[in-house]
Amino acid sequence: MAKSSIKVRAKVKKGEAKVKCLISHPMETGLRKNKKSGKLIPAHFIQEVTCEHGGKTVMNAQWSGTISKNPFLSFAFTGAKSGDTVKVSWVDNTGKSDSTEAKMK
Amino acid sequence: MKKIATALSVMLIAATPFAAQATPDDDLKAFRSYFTQKFPEVPVNDFVNGVYSVDAASREQWEAFEEFPSYEISIDNGEEKFNKKFANGKGYADCFPNYKKGIKQNYPYFDTDSGQVVTMEGAINKCRTDNGEKALKSKKGAITEIGAYLTSLSRGQKTSVKVPNDAKAIAAYNRGKKHFYAKRGQLNMSCADCHYYYSGSKIRADILSPALGHTTGFPVYRNKWAGMGTLHRRYGGCNKQVRAKPFKAQSDEYKALEYFHTYMSNGMEINGPSQRK
Amino acid sequence: MNHNRRVLLKGTFAAGATGIAISAGLLTPKAVLAAWPKAAFEAKDVNSALEASLGSSNHTASSEIKLKAPDIAENGAVVPITVTSKIANTEAISVIVAENGTPLTATFNLGATTSGFVSTRIKMGKTSDVTAVVKAGGKLYSTSKNVKVTIGGCGG
Repeated sequence: MAKSSIKVRAKVKKGEAKVKCLISHPMETGLRKNKKSGKLIPAHFIQEVTCEHGGKTVMNAQWSGTISKNPFLSFAFTGAKSGDTVKVSWVDNTGKSDSTEAKMK
Repeated sequence: MKKIATALSVMLIAATPFAAQATPDDDLKAFRSYFTQKFPEVPVNDFVNGVYSVDAASREQWEAFEEFPSYEISIDNGEEKFNKKFANGKGYADCFPNYKKGIKQNYPYFDTDSGQVVTMEGAINKCRTDNGEKALKSKKGAITEIGAYLTSLSRGQKTSVKVPNDAKAIAAYNRGKKHFYAKRGQLNMSCADCHYYYSGSKIRADILSPALGHTTGFPVYRNKWAGMGTLHRRYGGCNKQVRAKPFKAQSDEYKALEYFHTYMSNGMEINGPSQRK
Repeated sequence: MNHNRRVLLKGTFAAGATGIAISAGLLTPKAVLAAWPKAAFEAKDVNSALEASLGSSNHTASSEIKLKAPDIAENGAVVPITVTSKIANTEAISVIVAENGTPLTATFNLGATTSGFVSTRIKMGKTSDVTAVVKAGGKLYSTSKNVKVTIGGCGG
Protein backbone atom coordinates (compact mmCIF):
# COMPACT_ATOMS: atom_id res chain seq x y z
CA MET A 1 0.00 0.00 0.00
CA ALA A 2 1.79 3.13 -1.20
CA LYS A 3 1.93 5.93 1.30
CA SER A 4 0.36 9.21 0.25
CA SER A 5 2.49 12.30 -0.28
CA ILE A 6 -0.28 14.36 1.27
CA LYS A 7 -0.75 14.79 5.02
CA VAL A 8 -4.07 16.29 6.00
CA ARG A 9 -5.21 17.68 9.32
CA ALA A 10 -8.81 18.87 9.33
CA LYS A 11 -10.99 20.08 12.15
CA VAL A 12 -14.60 21.23 12.16
CA LYS A 13 -15.57 24.00 14.56
CA LYS A 14 -19.07 25.52 14.58
CA GLY A 15 -19.80 24.17 11.12
CA GLU A 16 -16.59 25.53 9.56
CA ALA A 17 -13.96 23.03 8.51
CA LYS A 18 -10.33 24.21 8.65
CA VAL A 19 -8.11 22.04 6.48
CA LYS A 20 -4.31 21.99 6.65
CA CYS A 21 -2.23 20.02 4.16
CA LEU A 22 1.48 19.28 3.97
CA ILE A 23 2.57 17.75 0.68
CA SER A 24 5.88 16.06 -0.03
CA HIS A 25 7.02 17.46 -3.40
CA PRO A 26 10.27 19.01 -4.72
CA MET A 27 8.52 22.03 -6.34
CA GLU A 28 11.41 22.73 -8.72
CA THR A 29 10.93 25.89 -10.76
CA GLY A 30 13.21 24.75 -13.55
CA LEU A 31 15.46 27.75 -12.90
CA ARG A 32 17.83 26.15 -10.40
CA LYS A 33 21.17 24.72 -11.44
CA ASN A 34 22.66 21.49 -10.19
CA LYS A 35 25.70 22.71 -8.23
CA LYS A 36 27.88 19.84 -9.36
CA SER A 37 26.97 19.50 -13.04
CA GLY A 38 26.01 23.11 -13.73
CA LYS A 39 22.95 21.85 -15.60
CA LEU A 40 19.46 23.19 -15.02
CA ILE A 41 17.27 21.02 -12.82
CA PRO A 42 14.09 20.46 -14.85
CA ALA A 43 10.86 22.07 -13.72
CA HIS A 44 8.88 19.70 -11.52
CA PHE A 45 6.10 21.29 -9.55
CA ILE A 46 2.48 20.79 -8.56
CA GLN A 47 0.19 22.73 -10.88
CA GLU A 48 -3.19 22.00 -9.38
CA VAL A 49 -4.48 21.07 -5.93
CA THR A 50 -8.12 20.23 -5.39
CA CYS A 51 -10.18 19.57 -2.31
CA GLU A 52 -13.51 17.78 -2.44
CA HIS A 53 -16.16 17.45 0.22
CA GLY A 54 -19.52 15.79 -0.15
CA GLY A 55 -18.90 15.24 -3.84
CA LYS A 56 -18.27 18.92 -4.51
CA THR A 57 -15.03 20.76 -5.16
CA VAL A 58 -14.60 23.28 -2.40
CA MET A 59 -11.20 24.56 -3.41
CA ASN A 60 -9.15 24.43 -6.57
CA ALA A 61 -5.66 25.91 -6.44
CA GLN A 62 -3.52 26.71 -9.47
CA TRP A 63 0.16 26.82 -8.54
CA SER A 64 3.45 27.83 -10.10
CA GLY A 65 6.90 26.58 -9.10
CA THR A 66 7.20 29.52 -6.74
CA ILE A 67 5.16 27.80 -4.07
CA SER A 68 7.74 26.47 -1.60
CA LYS A 69 9.15 22.96 -1.58
CA ASN A 70 7.13 20.49 0.51
CA PRO A 71 4.17 22.83 0.17
CA PHE A 72 1.81 23.75 2.94
CA LEU A 73 -1.77 24.80 2.22
CA SER A 74 -4.61 25.75 4.50
CA PHE A 75 -8.15 26.81 3.66
CA ALA A 76 -11.61 26.64 5.21
CA PHE A 77 -15.18 25.95 4.18
CA THR A 78 -18.60 25.82 5.79
CA GLY A 79 -21.36 23.24 5.67
CA ALA A 80 -19.23 20.52 7.23
CA LYS A 81 -19.45 18.43 10.37
CA SER A 82 -17.03 16.32 12.37
CA GLY A 83 -16.57 12.89 10.91
CA ASP A 84 -17.00 14.08 7.32
CA THR A 85 -14.38 13.02 4.79
CA VAL A 86 -12.34 15.38 2.62
CA LYS A 87 -10.36 14.35 -0.41
CA VAL A 88 -7.25 16.28 -1.40
CA SER A 89 -5.51 15.66 -4.72
CA TRP A 90 -2.76 17.19 -6.80
CA VAL A 91 -1.44 17.00 -10.35
CA ASP A 92 2.03 18.17 -11.33
CA ASN A 93 3.56 19.40 -14.57
CA THR A 94 4.91 15.94 -15.41
CA GLY A 95 1.43 14.49 -15.25
CA LYS A 96 2.02 12.72 -11.94
CA SER A 97 -0.73 12.91 -9.36
CA ASP A 98 -1.65 11.76 -5.90
CA SER A 99 -4.63 12.02 -3.60
CA THR A 100 -5.67 11.16 -0.10
CA GLU A 101 -8.82 11.06 1.97
CA ALA A 102 -8.99 12.17 5.56
CA LYS A 103 -11.65 12.23 8.22
CA MET A 104 -12.25 15.61 9.79
CA LYS A 105 -12.17 15.84 13.55
CA MET B 1 28.30 49.92 22.45
CA LYS B 2 26.57 48.27 25.37
CA LYS B 3 26.81 44.91 23.67
CA ILE B 4 30.57 45.24 23.17
CA ALA B 5 31.04 46.26 26.78
CA THR B 6 28.96 43.31 27.94
CA ALA B 7 30.86 40.98 25.64
CA LEU B 8 34.23 42.17 26.93
CA SER B 9 33.26 41.83 30.58
CA VAL B 10 31.80 38.44 29.83
CA MET B 11 34.95 37.33 28.04
CA LEU B 12 36.89 38.11 31.20
CA ILE B 13 34.47 36.13 33.36
CA ALA B 14 34.38 33.32 30.86
CA ALA B 15 38.15 33.03 31.03
CA THR B 16 37.41 30.75 33.95
CA PRO B 17 36.36 27.65 31.96
CA PHE B 18 39.98 26.59 31.71
CA ALA B 19 41.18 28.14 34.93
CA ALA B 20 40.71 25.63 37.74
CA GLN B 21 39.84 21.92 37.44
CA ALA B 22 36.22 22.66 36.53
CA THR B 23 33.99 19.60 36.46
CA PRO B 24 31.35 19.22 33.75
CA ASP B 25 28.73 20.22 36.29
CA ASP B 26 30.66 23.35 37.22
CA ASP B 27 30.79 24.17 33.51
CA LEU B 28 27.07 23.49 33.15
CA LYS B 29 26.19 25.79 36.02
CA ALA B 30 28.33 28.60 34.67
CA PHE B 31 26.99 28.07 31.14
CA ARG B 32 23.35 28.24 32.22
CA SER B 33 23.76 31.25 34.43
CA TYR B 34 25.64 33.11 31.68
CA PHE B 35 22.63 32.85 29.40
CA THR B 36 19.93 33.38 31.99
CA GLN B 37 21.74 36.56 33.00
CA LYS B 38 22.27 37.68 29.40
CA PHE B 39 18.62 37.13 28.50
CA PRO B 40 16.72 37.68 31.74
CA GLU B 41 13.34 37.97 30.00
CA VAL B 42 13.57 34.48 28.48
CA PRO B 43 12.12 31.67 30.64
CA VAL B 44 14.98 29.20 30.95
CA ASN B 45 13.06 26.38 29.27
CA ASP B 46 12.33 28.53 26.24
CA PHE B 47 15.98 28.46 25.18
CA VAL B 48 15.22 25.13 23.50
CA ASN B 49 13.63 27.22 20.73
CA GLY B 50 16.95 28.76 19.79
CA VAL B 51 16.81 32.12 18.08
CA TYR B 52 13.02 32.18 18.45
CA SER B 53 13.45 32.53 22.19
CA VAL B 54 15.25 35.86 21.75
CA ASP B 55 13.62 37.43 18.67
CA ALA B 56 9.90 38.15 18.35
CA ALA B 57 9.75 38.76 14.57
CA SER B 58 11.33 35.48 13.59
CA ARG B 59 9.37 33.70 16.32
CA GLU B 60 6.14 34.73 14.57
CA GLN B 61 7.33 33.14 11.33
CA TRP B 62 8.40 30.02 13.18
CA GLU B 63 4.97 29.78 14.80
CA ALA B 64 3.45 29.90 11.30
CA PHE B 65 5.59 26.88 10.44
CA GLU B 66 4.66 25.09 13.63
CA GLU B 67 1.05 24.95 12.33
CA PHE B 68 2.20 22.10 10.15
CA PRO B 69 5.96 21.71 10.30
CA SER B 70 7.89 20.34 7.34
CA TYR B 71 9.62 17.69 9.49
CA GLU B 72 6.34 15.83 9.94
CA ILE B 73 6.98 14.15 6.61
CA SER B 74 10.30 12.88 7.96
CA ILE B 75 8.77 11.56 11.19
CA ASP B 76 6.30 9.51 9.15
CA ASN B 77 9.03 8.20 6.86
CA GLY B 78 11.19 7.49 9.88
CA GLU B 79 8.47 5.48 11.58
CA GLU B 80 8.05 3.39 8.45
CA LYS B 81 11.79 2.77 8.17
CA PHE B 82 12.11 2.01 11.88
CA ASN B 83 9.43 -0.65 11.71
CA LYS B 84 10.83 -2.34 8.62
CA LYS B 85 12.74 -5.48 9.59
CA PHE B 86 16.30 -6.19 8.50
CA ALA B 87 17.06 -9.04 6.11
CA ASN B 88 17.96 -11.25 9.07
CA GLY B 89 14.51 -10.85 10.60
CA LYS B 90 15.56 -8.55 13.43
CA GLY B 91 14.66 -4.87 13.68
CA TYR B 92 15.65 -1.57 15.25
CA ALA B 93 13.35 -2.30 18.18
CA ASP B 94 15.73 -5.12 19.16
CA CYS B 95 18.58 -2.63 19.49
CA PHE B 96 16.45 0.04 21.15
CA PRO B 97 13.97 -1.86 23.33
CA ASN B 98 12.92 1.26 25.25
CA TYR B 99 12.43 3.48 22.23
CA LYS B 100 8.76 4.16 22.91
CA LYS B 101 9.56 5.75 26.25
CA GLY B 102 12.06 8.10 24.62
CA ILE B 103 15.80 7.52 24.29
CA LYS B 104 17.20 10.66 22.61
CA GLN B 105 17.75 12.40 25.94
CA ASN B 106 20.45 9.88 26.88
CA TYR B 107 22.60 10.54 23.83
CA PRO B 108 25.46 10.94 23.44
CA TYR B 109 26.81 8.63 26.12
CA PHE B 110 30.28 7.33 26.77
CA ASP B 111 30.82 3.61 26.28
CA THR B 112 33.61 2.80 28.75
CA ASP B 113 34.14 -0.64 27.17
CA SER B 114 34.94 0.66 23.73
CA GLY B 115 36.28 4.00 24.97
CA GLN B 116 34.01 5.83 22.51
CA VAL B 117 31.37 8.52 22.55
CA VAL B 118 28.17 6.98 21.21
CA THR B 119 25.76 9.28 19.39
CA MET B 120 22.21 8.39 18.39
CA GLU B 121 23.21 8.28 14.72
CA GLY B 122 26.19 6.11 15.63
CA ALA B 123 23.92 3.74 17.56
CA ILE B 124 21.44 3.53 14.67
CA ASN B 125 24.25 2.59 12.31
CA LYS B 126 25.77 0.11 14.76
CA CYS B 127 22.37 -1.57 14.95
CA ARG B 128 22.40 -1.84 11.17
CA THR B 129 25.93 -3.18 10.77
CA ASP B 130 25.49 -5.60 13.70
CA ASN B 131 22.57 -7.04 11.74
CA GLY B 132 24.26 -7.28 8.38
CA GLU B 133 22.95 -4.04 6.91
CA LYS B 134 24.95 -1.22 5.36
CA ALA B 135 25.51 1.89 7.48
CA LEU B 136 23.57 4.99 6.49
CA LYS B 137 25.19 8.31 5.59
CA SER B 138 25.36 10.51 8.67
CA LYS B 139 24.34 13.98 7.52
CA LYS B 140 21.04 13.70 5.68
CA GLY B 141 18.55 11.24 4.27
CA ALA B 142 17.31 8.10 6.00
CA ILE B 143 19.36 8.62 9.17
CA THR B 144 17.57 11.92 9.78
CA GLU B 145 14.18 10.29 9.25
CA ILE B 146 14.82 7.48 11.71
CA GLY B 147 16.40 10.04 14.05
CA ALA B 148 13.38 12.33 13.67
CA TYR B 149 11.04 9.49 14.61
CA LEU B 150 13.05 8.45 17.67
CA THR B 151 13.48 12.07 18.74
CA SER B 152 9.77 12.81 18.37
CA LEU B 153 9.10 9.99 20.83
CA SER B 154 11.52 11.59 23.27
CA ARG B 155 9.88 14.99 23.37
CA GLY B 156 9.52 16.36 26.86
CA GLN B 157 12.29 14.19 28.26
CA LYS B 158 15.11 16.15 29.88
CA THR B 159 18.56 15.97 28.31
CA SER B 160 20.69 13.79 30.59
CA VAL B 161 24.17 13.25 29.24
CA LYS B 162 26.60 11.65 31.67
CA VAL B 163 30.35 11.95 31.93
CA PRO B 164 31.48 8.95 34.00
CA ASN B 165 34.56 9.11 36.17
CA ASP B 166 36.66 7.61 33.40
CA ALA B 167 39.80 9.16 31.97
CA LYS B 168 38.79 8.66 28.34
CA ALA B 169 35.30 10.05 28.93
CA ILE B 170 36.67 13.16 30.60
CA ALA B 171 39.20 13.53 27.79
CA ALA B 172 36.43 13.38 25.17
CA TYR B 173 34.39 15.95 27.08
CA ASN B 174 37.39 18.27 27.31
CA ARG B 175 38.18 17.80 23.65
CA GLY B 176 34.66 18.93 22.81
CA LYS B 177 34.90 21.86 25.18
CA LYS B 178 38.17 22.89 23.58
CA HIS B 179 36.60 22.79 20.11
CA PHE B 180 33.73 24.98 21.27
CA TYR B 181 35.98 27.74 22.59
CA ALA B 182 38.86 27.47 20.09
CA LYS B 183 39.20 29.92 17.23
CA ARG B 184 39.48 28.36 13.80
CA GLY B 185 39.37 29.04 10.11
CA GLN B 186 40.32 32.02 8.01
CA LEU B 187 37.75 34.09 9.87
CA ASN B 188 39.37 33.00 13.14
CA MET B 189 36.14 32.49 15.01
CA SER B 190 35.02 29.96 17.57
CA CYS B 191 31.60 28.45 18.21
CA ALA B 192 31.59 30.54 21.37
CA ASP B 193 32.19 33.79 19.49
CA CYS B 194 28.80 33.53 17.78
CA HIS B 195 26.76 31.40 20.13
CA TYR B 196 28.06 32.47 23.50
CA TYR B 197 29.59 35.95 23.51
CA TYR B 198 27.57 37.40 20.63
CA SER B 199 24.42 35.32 20.99
CA GLY B 200 21.36 37.49 20.39
CA SER B 201 23.39 39.89 18.24
CA LYS B 202 23.27 40.01 14.46
CA ILE B 203 25.58 38.60 11.85
CA ARG B 204 24.42 40.41 8.71
CA ALA B 205 20.67 39.83 8.84
CA ASP B 206 20.77 36.67 10.95
CA ILE B 207 20.40 36.60 14.69
CA LEU B 208 22.83 34.35 16.55
CA SER B 209 21.18 31.67 18.65
CA PRO B 210 22.28 31.08 22.26
CA ALA B 211 24.12 27.78 22.71
CA LEU B 212 21.97 26.91 25.71
CA GLY B 213 19.32 24.50 24.42
CA HIS B 214 21.06 24.18 21.05
CA THR B 215 21.07 20.41 20.81
CA THR B 216 17.50 19.67 21.93
CA GLY B 217 15.96 20.34 18.54
CA PHE B 218 18.05 18.02 16.37
CA PRO B 219 17.69 16.47 13.87
CA VAL B 220 16.46 19.65 12.25
CA TYR B 221 14.48 20.62 9.16
CA ARG B 222 16.37 23.67 8.01
CA ASN B 223 14.57 25.94 5.56
CA LYS B 224 17.94 26.76 4.07
CA TRP B 225 18.57 23.09 3.32
CA ALA B 226 14.92 22.59 2.34
CA GLY B 227 15.40 19.31 4.17
CA MET B 228 16.53 17.50 7.30
CA GLY B 229 20.02 17.35 8.70
CA THR B 230 21.86 15.97 11.69
CA LEU B 231 23.79 17.95 14.27
CA HIS B 232 27.05 16.95 12.58
CA ARG B 233 25.74 18.26 9.28
CA ARG B 234 25.32 21.63 10.94
CA TYR B 235 28.74 21.44 12.60
CA GLY B 236 30.28 20.97 9.15
CA GLY B 237 28.38 23.95 7.82
CA CYS B 238 29.44 26.16 10.71
CA ASN B 239 33.12 25.15 10.32
CA LYS B 240 32.90 25.93 6.59
CA GLN B 241 31.35 29.32 7.30
CA VAL B 242 34.40 30.49 9.20
CA ARG B 243 36.45 28.99 6.38
CA ALA B 244 37.81 26.15 8.42
CA LYS B 245 38.08 22.64 7.00
CA PRO B 246 35.09 20.71 8.29
CA PHE B 247 35.50 17.37 10.04
CA LYS B 248 33.61 14.29 8.88
CA ALA B 249 30.19 13.58 10.34
CA GLN B 250 30.56 11.09 13.21
CA SER B 251 34.29 11.79 13.42
CA ASP B 252 35.87 11.68 16.89
CA GLU B 253 36.17 15.47 16.85
CA TYR B 254 32.47 16.09 16.19
CA LYS B 255 31.42 13.33 18.58
CA ALA B 256 33.49 15.01 21.29
CA LEU B 257 31.96 18.38 20.43
CA GLU B 258 28.47 16.89 20.56
CA TYR B 259 29.33 15.35 23.94
CA PHE B 260 30.29 18.70 25.47
CA HIS B 261 27.65 20.67 23.55
CA THR B 262 24.79 18.40 24.64
CA TYR B 263 26.04 18.24 28.24
CA MET B 264 25.67 22.03 28.33
CA SER B 265 21.95 21.52 27.68
CA ASN B 266 21.46 18.96 30.44
CA GLY B 267 18.09 19.45 32.07
CA MET B 268 16.63 21.07 28.94
CA GLU B 269 13.67 19.33 27.33
CA ILE B 270 14.05 17.46 24.05
CA ASN B 271 11.87 19.28 21.50
CA GLY B 272 13.15 17.78 18.28
CA PRO B 273 12.81 17.31 15.47
CA SER B 274 12.46 21.05 14.91
CA GLN B 275 12.10 23.48 12.03
CA ARG B 276 14.61 26.27 11.79
CA LYS B 277 15.64 28.75 9.13
CA MET C 1 -10.15 33.97 -30.41
CA ASN C 2 -9.98 30.18 -30.42
CA HIS C 3 -7.76 30.18 -27.36
CA ASN C 4 -10.52 28.78 -25.15
CA ARG C 5 -11.39 26.01 -27.59
CA ARG C 6 -7.79 24.85 -27.70
CA VAL C 7 -7.59 24.61 -23.94
CA LEU C 8 -10.84 22.61 -23.81
CA LEU C 9 -9.62 20.16 -26.43
CA LYS C 10 -6.40 19.53 -24.48
CA GLY C 11 -8.66 17.91 -21.94
CA THR C 12 -5.88 17.29 -19.45
CA PHE C 13 -8.00 18.15 -16.47
CA ALA C 14 -11.43 17.72 -17.98
CA ALA C 15 -11.92 14.25 -16.57
CA GLY C 16 -10.49 15.05 -13.18
CA ALA C 17 -11.41 17.26 -10.34
CA THR C 18 -12.47 20.10 -12.53
CA GLY C 19 -14.92 17.77 -14.25
CA ILE C 20 -16.57 17.10 -10.93
CA ALA C 21 -16.50 20.80 -10.22
CA ILE C 22 -18.34 21.60 -13.44
CA SER C 23 -21.08 19.11 -12.68
CA ALA C 24 -21.38 20.44 -9.16
CA GLY C 25 -21.78 23.90 -10.65
CA LEU C 26 -19.27 25.29 -8.21
CA LEU C 27 -16.69 26.48 -10.69
CA THR C 28 -17.79 28.77 -13.47
CA PRO C 29 -16.98 27.58 -16.99
CA LYS C 30 -14.50 30.43 -17.32
CA ALA C 31 -12.46 29.12 -14.39
CA VAL C 32 -12.50 25.60 -15.84
CA LEU C 33 -11.24 26.70 -19.25
CA ALA C 34 -8.34 28.39 -17.49
CA ALA C 35 -7.18 25.07 -16.00
CA TRP C 36 -3.50 25.67 -15.43
CA PRO C 37 -3.29 29.09 -17.03
CA LYS C 38 0.14 28.85 -18.59
CA ALA C 39 0.06 32.40 -19.95
CA ALA C 40 -0.74 33.79 -16.52
CA PHE C 41 2.04 31.88 -14.80
CA GLU C 42 4.59 32.75 -17.46
CA ALA C 43 3.71 36.43 -17.61
CA LYS C 44 6.68 38.54 -16.61
CA ASP C 45 4.74 41.58 -15.46
CA VAL C 46 2.03 41.94 -12.88
CA ASN C 47 -0.72 43.34 -15.13
CA SER C 48 -0.40 40.64 -17.78
CA ALA C 49 -0.42 37.98 -15.08
CA LEU C 50 -3.60 39.39 -13.54
CA GLU C 51 -5.35 39.73 -16.88
CA ALA C 52 -4.53 36.17 -17.84
CA SER C 53 -5.44 34.78 -14.43
CA LEU C 54 -8.41 36.81 -13.20
CA GLY C 55 -9.55 38.51 -16.40
CA SER C 56 -8.52 42.05 -15.55
CA SER C 57 -5.71 44.11 -14.09
CA ASN C 58 -7.95 46.78 -12.58
CA HIS C 59 -8.02 46.33 -8.85
CA THR C 60 -8.92 48.67 -6.02
CA ALA C 61 -7.24 48.63 -2.67
CA SER C 62 -9.46 47.22 0.06
CA SER C 63 -9.05 47.24 3.78
CA GLU C 64 -11.30 44.19 3.95
CA ILE C 65 -8.45 41.99 2.84
CA LYS C 66 -5.86 41.10 5.43
CA LEU C 67 -2.47 39.89 4.27
CA LYS C 68 -0.26 38.40 6.96
CA ALA C 69 3.38 38.16 5.91
CA PRO C 70 6.66 38.81 7.73
CA ASP C 71 8.31 42.24 7.54
CA ILE C 72 11.65 40.52 7.02
CA ALA C 73 11.52 36.97 5.69
CA GLU C 74 13.78 34.62 7.62
CA ASN C 75 14.39 32.68 4.43
CA GLY C 76 13.25 33.73 0.96
CA ALA C 77 12.65 30.12 -0.07
CA VAL C 78 9.86 29.62 2.47
CA VAL C 79 7.86 32.72 3.33
CA PRO C 80 4.63 31.98 5.24
CA ILE C 81 1.65 34.11 4.12
CA THR C 82 -2.01 34.14 5.01
CA VAL C 83 -4.79 35.97 3.14
CA THR C 84 -8.15 36.60 4.78
CA SER C 85 -10.89 38.29 2.74
CA LYS C 86 -14.00 39.65 4.36
CA ILE C 87 -15.44 40.71 0.98
CA ALA C 88 -18.72 38.94 0.26
CA ASN C 89 -18.68 36.24 -2.41
CA THR C 90 -14.92 36.00 -2.65
CA GLU C 91 -14.49 33.56 -5.52
CA ALA C 92 -10.76 33.68 -6.13
CA ILE C 93 -7.58 34.85 -4.43
CA SER C 94 -4.36 35.37 -6.37
CA VAL C 95 -0.93 35.90 -4.85
CA ILE C 96 1.44 38.16 -6.75
CA VAL C 97 5.12 38.74 -5.93
CA ALA C 98 6.07 41.73 -8.11
CA GLU C 99 9.83 41.22 -8.05
CA ASN C 100 9.76 37.50 -8.88
CA GLY C 101 10.64 36.76 -12.53
CA THR C 102 7.11 35.50 -13.01
CA PRO C 103 4.97 37.43 -10.51
CA LEU C 104 1.91 35.16 -10.32
CA THR C 105 2.57 32.60 -7.60
CA ALA C 106 -0.85 31.01 -7.21
CA THR C 107 -4.56 31.44 -7.72
CA PHE C 108 -7.02 29.83 -5.34
CA ASN C 109 -10.51 29.28 -6.79
CA LEU C 110 -13.05 29.04 -4.00
CA GLY C 111 -16.41 27.31 -3.99
CA ALA C 112 -19.58 29.03 -2.83
CA THR C 113 -19.27 27.66 0.70
CA THR C 114 -15.53 28.19 0.93
CA SER C 115 -14.27 30.89 3.28
CA GLY C 116 -12.15 33.77 2.00
CA PHE C 117 -9.06 32.37 3.67
CA VAL C 118 -5.91 30.79 2.37
CA SER C 119 -2.51 30.15 3.93
CA THR C 120 0.62 28.86 2.24
CA ARG C 121 4.41 29.27 1.95
CA ILE C 122 5.94 31.01 -1.06
CA LYS C 123 9.33 31.62 -2.65
CA MET C 124 10.63 35.14 -2.99
CA GLY C 125 13.74 35.91 -5.00
CA LYS C 126 14.32 39.28 -3.37
CA THR C 127 12.66 42.05 -1.41
CA SER C 128 9.30 42.69 -3.00
CA ASP C 129 5.74 43.80 -2.55
CA VAL C 130 3.48 40.81 -2.02
CA THR C 131 -0.05 41.49 -3.26
CA ALA C 132 -3.20 39.51 -2.56
CA VAL C 133 -5.82 40.09 -5.24
CA VAL C 134 -9.38 39.05 -4.51
CA LYS C 135 -12.04 38.48 -7.17
CA ALA C 136 -15.56 38.99 -5.88
CA GLY C 137 -18.75 39.90 -7.72
CA GLY C 138 -16.83 40.30 -10.94
CA LYS C 139 -14.54 42.97 -9.47
CA LEU C 140 -10.95 42.85 -8.23
CA TYR C 141 -9.75 44.11 -4.87
CA SER C 142 -6.27 44.03 -3.40
CA THR C 143 -3.91 44.66 -0.55
CA SER C 144 -0.13 44.68 -0.51
CA LYS C 145 2.72 44.33 1.90
CA ASN C 146 6.42 44.84 1.37
CA VAL C 147 8.43 41.84 2.50
CA LYS C 148 12.19 42.18 2.84
CA VAL C 149 14.42 39.30 1.81
CA THR C 150 17.93 39.60 3.18
CA ILE C 151 21.25 37.84 2.95
CA GLY C 152 21.89 36.16 6.23
CA GLY C 153 25.25 35.54 7.79
CA CYS C 154 24.63 31.95 8.80
CA GLY C 155 25.25 29.80 5.78
CA GLY C 156 26.36 26.21 6.08
